[in-house]
Amino acid sequence: METYTLIVLLLAATIRVATPLVLAALAGMFSERAGVIDLGLEGKMLGAAFAAGAVSAISGSAWLGLLAAIATAVFFALVIGYACITHRGNQVVAGMAITIMVVGLGPTLALAWFNLGGQTPQLDGPGQRFVGLAWPWAQSAREVPFPGLVYAELLSGHSLIVYFAAALVPLSAWVLYRTRFGLRLRAVGENPHAVDTAGISVNGLRYRAVIISGVLCGVAGASLSTAASSGFVRDMTAGKGYLALAALIFGKWKPWPTLGACLLFAFTDALAVRLQGVALPLVGVIPVQFILALPYVLTVLLLAGFVGKAVAPHAIGVPYAKEK
Amino acid sequence: MSAPTKLPRWAELALLPLLNLGFALLLSGVIVRLLGESPWAALKLMVAGSVGTQEGIGYTLYYATNFIFTGLAVAVAYHAGLFNIGAEGQAYVGGLGVGLVALWLGDAPRFVVLPLAILAGAGFGAAWAFLPAWLQAKRGSHIVITTIMFNFIASALMTYLLVNVLIKPGQQSPETREFGAHAFMPAAHDLLARAGLTFAATPLNFAFVLALAAAVLVWIFVWHTRWGYALRVAGENAAAAVYAGIAPPRSIMGSMLLSGALAGSLGLNELLGSQHRILIDFTGGAGFVGIAVSLMGRNHPVGIIFSSVLFGALYQGGSQLSFDMPKINRDMVVVIQGLVILFCGAMENVFRAPLTAVFARFGRSKTGL
Repeated sequence: METYTLIVLLLAATIRVATPLVLAALAGMFSERAGVIDLGLEGKMLGAAFAAGAVSAISGSAWLGLLAAIATAVFFALVIGYACITHRGNQVVAGMAITIMVVGLGPTLALAWFNLGGQTPQLDGPGQRFVGLAWPWAQSAREVPFPGLVYAELLSGHSLIVYFAAALVPLSAWVLYRTRFGLRLRAVGENPHAVDTAGISVNGLRYRAVIISGVLCGVAGASLSTAASSGFVRDMTAGKGYLALAALIFGKWKPWPTLGACLLFAFTDALAVRLQGVALPLVGVIPVQFILALPYVLTVLLLAGFVGKAVAPHAIGVPYAKEK
Repeated sequence: MSAPTKLPRWAELALLPLLNLGFALLLSGVIVRLLGESPWAALKLMVAGSVGTQEGIGYTLYYATNFIFTGLAVAVAYHAGLFNIGAEGQAYVGGLGVGLVALWLGDAPRFVVLPLAILAGAGFGAAWAFLPAWLQAKRGSHIVITTIMFNFIASALMTYLLVNVLIKPGQQSPETREFGAHAFMPAAHDLLARAGLTFAATPLNFAFVLALAAAVLVWIFVWHTRWGYALRVAGENAAAAVYAGIAPPRSIMGSMLLSGALAGSLGLNELLGSQHRILIDFTGGAGFVGIAVSLMGRNHPVGIIFSSVLFGALYQGGSQLSFDMPKINRDMVVVIQGLVILFCGAMENVFRAPLTAVFARFGRSKTGL
């Protein structure tokens, strides 16, 4: 019974941790399937987290915060687009630049506007956060261990953004594989010359892809500062953007496997928190750092071709030059 | 469209980078203005704080030493066509090597400890670059991604070692005991005092000279040896390199190991020169500053030294700024760093076309007369 409750709570924590990862990884998927490396995930998400925290604190509305988050992340996505699509700059460098800049910019603006040492005010007013939505009878269902507890902890009680992220996976799969836009998007990441020959604008498609990435990073950032916690703090993404990138690679740039990778990585994270200082039978105490490093080790192994093979979109990272 | 003409060499090497840098600084000034402070006053404070006093100069060059090491690391990989984002992790693990030698042999004579520490830093740094390099060379795994992953793995490993293994017993914060005094890198003010000169006491130390020596060695290696030539050819065009009898996998390995060794030397300055113990996150993002420094310095040792000193001044001036302007803290320096990477790295083409047009028109009117 004890173990059962523990597992359900662990899975519930997994869902919460996975939400920003899923959003960011799908953001990266749209960008990278169109041929634009998305190393700016971390920065766009962090910028969005700041915007959501700041605007929600000032306006008192989490929804306005979300809008500001999306606008901010799209703005940074457009900067990357302008540098890399229009001017064919180095995509890796652009993503790094945005990330580093935002790491400094968030606390700088927060200090100047709120004077709280680089964070935004605590969001405790009504409507300032995306709070957990209790489904009908969730409270009473808790008393029936199975399936009541699963219903109460895993299905009910999450914020709107969690359900949005869950819905986004099938939606992305449908867009990518079942719509004309998705077909063109994938084509432009594999063979932009063919797309150009067909009379479709390569740059137009890539801009749309990075804008989608911006929107999703915006939601991911808002989920960090206005759903998972109450306000922006310094470095609050803590490498989640890169973890999402690893999940995207681990999921071989496909929506459903990427979801699987995000859940796996989120599970290791939730597990690490639970296993802190707990002695396991046979192995003893596993250092929490080893569990936290596991997603990165797994991704390296995958990239090395030791566990399956990750094949990137063919034209990824290559700026498109029409004259060539 | 007219055929793009090439820029004159001086414009390519000096004018364009300065233009890019100028825009980055201009935008930084706009941000300072938006924060409600005067950009001009901020600039004056930063200049005064970084090069206005002996102390400021000492700190500036001390910071610059870290950036020269990591900047050279990024540049050496860049010439082989590789983007090494892992300098941060390589510097972190390299520092472990430096620190272990210093902890172990801290009481041995200086001429034994310091050379061994240099070797250990380079060796550990190179070792941390080995796997990403090997995976890129042999299995085609993208080095940008693998080095990012290795940064996180290095961070987890070092936290584990410092929290569980190397921590000084009976202490709360995860750091080692202090090194033996013989493992301290000689301080600049002591060395200068021996020569009869007085200089303010700062963390600036002999590692600065080592960093300059590393820059000279990199210059000789990349531009004046067969191996350096092979590395550049493989970086420019791997297919052509194969026809010339150069094996690209070997250049990849060579350049990345050298890159890791350079990054790993950061500990000589930071740990032996200043902290005198191993502590969490002592690299402080210098690996990423290395990217900015290398891009701004056009991946050339001379440019890297100049831009490292500039970034050293930014870091030192930035901390001065946070004392005098309550609305600005050191994070502003990170913003400037990001903008420099953006304008000097990703947006370098933005101003190239207009500049080329200006030169083309200027040139034509001259010959037309």
